[in-house]
Amino acid sequence: MAKNQLEGGKRPLSSSDFIKVEKLVKYFPVYSRGVLFKKEVGLVHAVDNVSFDIRRKETFGLVGESGCGKTTTARLILNLIEPTDGQVFFEGENVFEKLKSSSKAEKLKIRRKMQLIFQNPYGSLDPRMTVFDIISEPFVIHKHIPKKQWKEKVYKLLELVGLEEYHAERYPHEFSGGQRQRICIARALAVEPEFLVADEPVSSLDVSIRAQILNLLGELQQRVGLTYLYISHDLSSVRQISNRVAVMYLGEIVELADTDELFKEPLHPYTEALIAAVPIPDPNARSIKIVLPGEVPSPINPPSGCRFHPRCPQAKPACREKVPELVQVNPRHAVACHI
Amino acid sequence: MTETILNIEGLKTYFFTEAGIVTAVDGVSFNLKKGESLGLVGESGSGKTVTALSVLRIVPKPGKIVDGKVEFNGEDLLEKSEKEMQKIRGSEISIIFQDPSSSLNPVYNVETQLRDAIIAHQNVSKMEAKGKAIELLEVVGIPEAETRMREYPHQFSGGMKQRVAVARALACQPTLLFADEPTTNLDVTIQAQVLNLLNDLKKKFGMSLVMITHDMGIIAEMTTRIVVLYAGHVCEIAETRDLFERPRHPYTEALLAAVPRLDMRKTLRVIPGNIPNLIEPPSGCRFHPRCNYAKKICEEVVPVLEETEQGHFVACHEWRKISLKGERGH
Repeated sequence: MAKNQLEGGKRPLSSSDFIKVEKLVKYFPVYSRGVLFKKEVGLVHAVDNVSFDIRRKETFGLVGESGCGKTTTARLILNLIEPTDGQVFFEGENVFEKLKSSSKAEKLKIRRKMQLIFQNPYGSLDPRMTVFDIISEPFVIHKHIPKKQWKEKVYKLLELVGLEEYHAERYPHEFSGGQRQRICIARALAVEPEFLVADEPVSSLDVSIRAQILNLLGELQQRVGLTYLYISHDLSSVRQISNRVAVMYLGEIVELADTDELFKEPLHPYTEALIAAVPIPDPNARSIKIVLPGEVPSPINPPSGCRFHPRCPQAKPACREKVPELVQVNPRHAVACHI
Repeated sequence: MTETILNIEGLKTYFFTEAGIVTAVDGVSFNLKKGESLGLVGESGSGKTVTALSVLRIVPKPGKIVDGKVEFNGEDLLEKSEKEMQKIRGSEISIIFQDPSSSLNPVYNVETQLRDAIIAHQNVSKMEAKGKAIELLEVVGIPEAETRMREYPHQFSGGMKQRVAVARALACQPTLLFADEPTTNLDVTIQAQVLNLLNDLKKKFGMSLVMITHDMGIIAEMTTRIVVLYAGHVCEIAETRDLFERPRHPYTEALLAAVPRLDMRKTLRVIPGNIPNLIEPPSGCRFHPRCNYAKKICEEVVPVLEETEQGHFVACHEWRKISLKGERGH
């Protein structure tokens, strides 16, 4: 089999910390509907004490079910929303402080280094702009490319994501979902970022198109040297593209490990159940199912102790009382579980 | 030989839009045995949902069934009057849709919706219907059914809503159930719960199930036979195991190779190009512009379904000449 760029697990990674996330916390207040005044009635614990680091040129996968805080974490890292507590360091610099204290030009400089692609390529492209305008809009904002070179640069970006030059004059509605996602990627790459957050980039696409986009992301990583934070609820695609994976449950990271190790030897009962729940496209591989009882509890009043304990098949009394810490089991594997 | 419950022959459902005629389902034929779990696989626009809607005769405007036969227990449903169809829908053939939030009525509570479904088809009193509704909710695993049934759909979570939708579909114990991407909107752990539930209920009531999905994983776990659709045409029909091991149609092979797997990392093969526009579909075999094996004949002549071996049908001109790899070969 030809060596594939997506088999990145075997690629040596530079150990220098690229992004460091420290004890990130985000609570959203919930208000009651008053007649005159809003009254705060509770806090949604969207992200609670999340720490991890992303290494240069790796793909870091973030998995979990809806409402577990994956997207909020990404938005905090990009500083699109303010954290309640915690720090994010980008190449050793504290992003929040930097963005607060520095001038507008400085802020743009940081922003240029990180970009985001969204789940829904239908909603994230302005229908009244041509592809050329969409991809060149970052040039208008960041002014890093002289106007004379715009055309050339846009064509180059289109080529990079597998589109043709003549596509530049068209509007988003003339494209299929997969092609639109390519346009979104081209727009994100227009500012030559180092770090790209891909928030469920293939979930809304058809199966045959998903492979195209996943392969494209892998290819771009090789060609441009990007670092990815890949967010998804789809474990199969996370396994395909990531070097390391963090599993989130109700705002907390429950397990973090190298991809192959996580999928071969999951240590947290939640990870185990999550993996077992995914149907495998092979009729001969009918797996033993671990069906978790119940549903994800409300993040407004998360369960005490280990947040997973009410659904955990192996829960002990200690799980109800003490919050488990994320412990390094070996250099490649960390887990937050008493058992 | 088990008897055939549903037999579809040459079904054609077109949508007459301003932009032109969309040939959404164009000559689809397959059958379903009693108690069988059949998978309808295809990407968006392949015609899998429209096929199900055509069987129930609830194709939305401007769609119209223009040709074909849909035999249910030996009777052609396309010849029935609207009144007769109303009796069949819900009581004998039922459907679960992808999005439970839009298929349940937000202004009625769950009790009313279930009770109405029961009263519409069965000659029972309101109280009896209520008792049945509670039973149904218990069967689909909703705790405290009696109190929860007084709540409205928005008070239920996604997984619970889908359970209510399942309960409503099963209200009159249909013999045939279409499940149209029933778990696409749900989280994986909830998906596992709902799939388990469907499997249990199928056994319990002895229903035949048509599972409509694009998820090859669900297909592999839930079905015994598969119909692969592409752009309104049937590409291949085979038993599940056979199809995964020995796909005969280039599209089926490519589809299997394009899906990432949890239990191993593999090179994802890409199907070039895009899903065709069905107003002006490609001539001949509709897959030919994206097919690696396409010859001249593929552009010109529409391939017919041929039996390659017992129970395995393929619509491809070249199947004899090409050898394809199944799931094991990657």
